[in-house]
Parts: sequence; C-alpha cells; structure tokens
Amino acid sequence: MAKIESAFFDLSYLDTLATGKTVIHRLDPRIKVLTAALFVICVVSFDKYVIAAMLPFALFLITIMGLGGIPAIYVMKKLALASPFAIMIGIFNPLLDQQIILHLGSMAVSGGWISFLSIVLRFCLTVTAMLVLIATTGFNSVCMALEKLGMPKIFAVQLLMLYRYIFVLIAEGQRMYRARAIRSFQKRRMDMKTFTHLVGQLLLRTIDRGQRIHQAMLCRGFDGTIRTRQTLRFTLRDLLVFCVCGILLIGMRRYNIANLLGQLFMEILS
Amino acid sequence: MSHHIVEVQDLTHTYPDGSAAVRGISFRIHHGESVAVVGANGAGKSTLLLHLNGYLTPQGGTVRIGDFPLTKATVRDIRKTVGMIFQDPDDQLFMPTVYDDVAFGPLNLGLPSEEIEIRVQQALVRTNTEHLRERPPYKLSGGEKRAVAIATVLAMSPDILVMDEPSSNLDPRARRSLIELLAGFHHTKIIATHDLDMVLDLCERTIVLHRGEVKADGPTVEIFNNAQLLMECRLEKPLSMQGCPVCGTSTSRV
Repeated sequence: MAKIESAFFDLSYLDTLATGKTVIHRLDPRIKVLTAALFVICVVSFDKYVIAAMLPFALFLITIMGLGGIPAIYVMKKLALASPFAIMIGIFNPLLDQQIILHLGSMAVSGGWISFLSIVLRFCLTVTAMLVLIATTGFNSVCMALEKLGMPKIFAVQLLMLYRYIFVLIAEGQRMYRARAIRSFQKRRMDMKTFTHLVGQLLLRTIDRGQRIHQAMLCRGFDGTIRTRQTLRFTLRDLLVFCVCGILLIGMRRYNIANLLGQLFMEILS
Repeated sequence: MSHHIVEVQDLTHTYPDGSAAVRGISFRIHHGESVAVVGANGAGKSTLLLHLNGYLTPQGGTVRIGDFPLTKATVRDIRKTVGMIFQDPDDQLFMPTVYDDVAFGPLNLGLPSEEIEIRVQQALVRTNTEHLRERPPYKLSGGEKRAVAIATVLAMSPDILVMDEPSSNLDPRARRSLIELLAGFHHTKIIATHDLDMVLDLCERTIVLHRGEVKADGPTVEIFNNAQLLMECRLEKPLSMQGCPVCGTSTSRV
C-alpha cells in the first residue's frame, strides 16, 4: 500500500506543478493539447528501426521542461514506474529479429535490439510529453480543452469526476487497508478471501457515494448536462506558438535532423 | 413566495427491505423559524430530510414547501426553494475547483454570467471562503469544506436551508464559526443533528423523533429540561445544561 500512498502524493504534486506561472503555463490549454498530440503522432509514426531521428524530439521536450520548470527527477521517476509496460512489449524483439543490421566497432547489433531501443525511446518521449502537458496545464484544463476541441461533453465530465474522486477513493481504500493491517499481526500477506471482501466492500461504498453525489447534484438543479464556466481565451501569441511548434515538429519528422547535423559536421571536418 | 412554510402531514416511508423508517410524521414550520430535528440513530431523521428536497416523494401523506405540494412535477421548483447541506461535504463538492462548485447551481438555473459571478462572490464572502476560490475541494480542510458546501447552497439563494449533521467532524473552533455563520442567516432552517449544544445556540424549536414518529415538538429549552422524554428517546441533556463536573455549579441556561 505504500506504493499507492506515494502515488497519491505524486498526483497532488502534479497539481502543484500546474499552478506555476511560466511561459508554458500561460499558453492556451488547447494549443498545448494539440501540440502534444502532434508530438505523439510524429514520434509513433517513425519506422521501427529509427533511433537517431527521434533524438531532436527529446531535445524539444527537454527545452519545454526547462521553460516550464518541471523537475527532471520527478519525470524520470514516473517513467521508471511505467517502464515495465514498454519493456514487456519490446523484450522479445531481440530474440525474434536476430538479423545484424549495424556494426558498432567490432560489436554487431541485431535489428531486434535496435527496434527494442526504439520502442523504449518512443515510450519515454510520449509518456514524458503527456506528463509535461498535465504538469504545465492541470488536469482540469486539459479536460476543458479537449471538450472545446470537440470531445463529447460526457467524456470530459467523466474524466473530471474521475480525477475529483480518485482522491476520495484512495483515501477510502487506505483506511480499509490499514484497518485490516492493524488486526492481522504476523500474517503480512492478504489471502484471497479477505481481498475479495475488501474490494467488494469498496465497490459497495463507491455505489453508495455515487448515489449521494447524484442526490447532491439533483439538489442544485442538475438536469443531465454539466455546465462549466468558459474561461479559455485564444490570443495571437498562442497561434504563433502553435505554428512554430507545428512547423518544428513536422520538420523534425520529415528530415532527419541528427543525420543532417552529422553530415554538416563531417563536411566541416573534411 | 411570501411565506416559506414547510408542512409535513402524516408522512410515511417504508424502504424496499420492509423497514418502516418514517411512520406518520406531521409538523408545520413557519417562515424564518429555526428548528432542530433530533433523535437517536435510525429514528428517521435522514429519511425525513430526503423528503424535504424531493429526493424521495411521499409514499403516504403530503409534504408542502411554500406554495407547492411535493410531487414529481414540482420537484424542480422545490429544489430551488430548499437548499440541502449534506453530512459529508465530499459528496457535495464534486466539481474540480471551489469556484466551479459554487457556480454549479446558478449555472443550472440558467442565470446570465454576470449574475453568476455576483452570486458566487457573495456566497464566498458570506462564508469567508473567497481565498479558496481556485483551490480543488479535495485539498481543503474539514472546516473549509463545510463552509464551501454551505456556499454552494447559498449561491442558489434558497429560502429554506436543510442541514444534515452540519457540526459533525469539525474541530471546536470550526464548529464555533459554523454556529456563528448559521446564526447570521435569516433563512428558515431545519437542522438534523446529535449536537444538542448547537441546538441550544441556534434553534428555538425542537422536534424529537423516535422510531419514525414525532415524540415531542416544542420550545427547545422546555424539551431539554424533560429528562424523562430525553431518556426514552435515547438522548441526553446538552452538556451546557448539565452541572459542571469540576465546580458542581449549573450554568444559567436552565
């Protein structure tokens, strides 16, 4: 449970980061959502053996993190936490694809290792992009931006509610877990039977709470649609930033900047 | 609406599992009155409150709020008139920020945006919570949550306030500021609670429920001095009316 507890505090930390006032924070959320989406599309659309051409994207992200004041350690911790998923996806590539496609000095590298690295790199880039998006925008503003961009309202509201009550749910789960832990003495592991009771209990409490929340909403005139205030303002500066980022991202996707730089460097040397 | 009367007549309610929670309750509350509903656990307080804002419709008997009898058709008007404050503020604060939550009701009423701004501001000032405006509700303390929950209801400008255990889970200071806040309201107030000391401070009239029936209905001080009645209904004299355990003297409230 220690893990869940720390994850809980990390979530609040993400919120704290989002209250910053840097250049990146001040941009319109819609710009940031669109740029992040473009970023992800560019990264995942690379060919499976590509590594070098993706590196400029990392540079792009690092720049934004620097401007937005997002601590790198925090992002790295989150990446490490989620990395097993990416590693599981790519781990068999080196076994399945043993064709040698690259020689680093005397060491031969198979296609499988290259594609595995490529997967891990993609994972790092996309997950970091999303973390940076939320850390500079705030979850609520991201939802609002998505809604403004045409996502059905019901999904936006669903996401907002999920985010609002995840804290209550975690606190509830923690209390139940502690209540079990202090009465189970030496028996440290939870057996299946206790676990099912605990989860079932949590579900029932959730349903009860859902009912009470619905009741509270009805009391204040809820009629099926949730209305939120509209505070998003789109300025010329936002448009400019979006254009620059868009051109930059598409350029980095289209041309292998790392390669071009390398060639330039070699030419200067020769 | 000139008179904000709450009238309940022979109200009965039986839950699907067969337990009769409310068995023929009748009372009439007039404009501006402040009434406490007290009783043991399971006496029917919560079920009664759920009828007052139209979450439950009467199975037997009638409920009249102001000029309307409570039916499916009038439920929307009644909810505008009656502001309900829940026991657990986490149930009531469901929006991402305090501002959004307070604006939720007025937005649903379809008010113009300047009016919403005014109402939200007034409600926040009234409950001393302007500084919490942009904060997410889950980061507030218990007392702050309660104050914001009251603000969300005030923003709807109800005539009648219905509260379920407003002083529960509050530290003494937060409880005191809540009592001061409520004492400043001129709404008709109906408060269900176990906090009998708060009742002494806030309500001139008390209704005692026992096993789904009205056991007593009258001036608060009179009821709290009836030791026999309190014992029968599993209640106790408020602490401030009991003798001091240290010096042995009784306070002047009796």
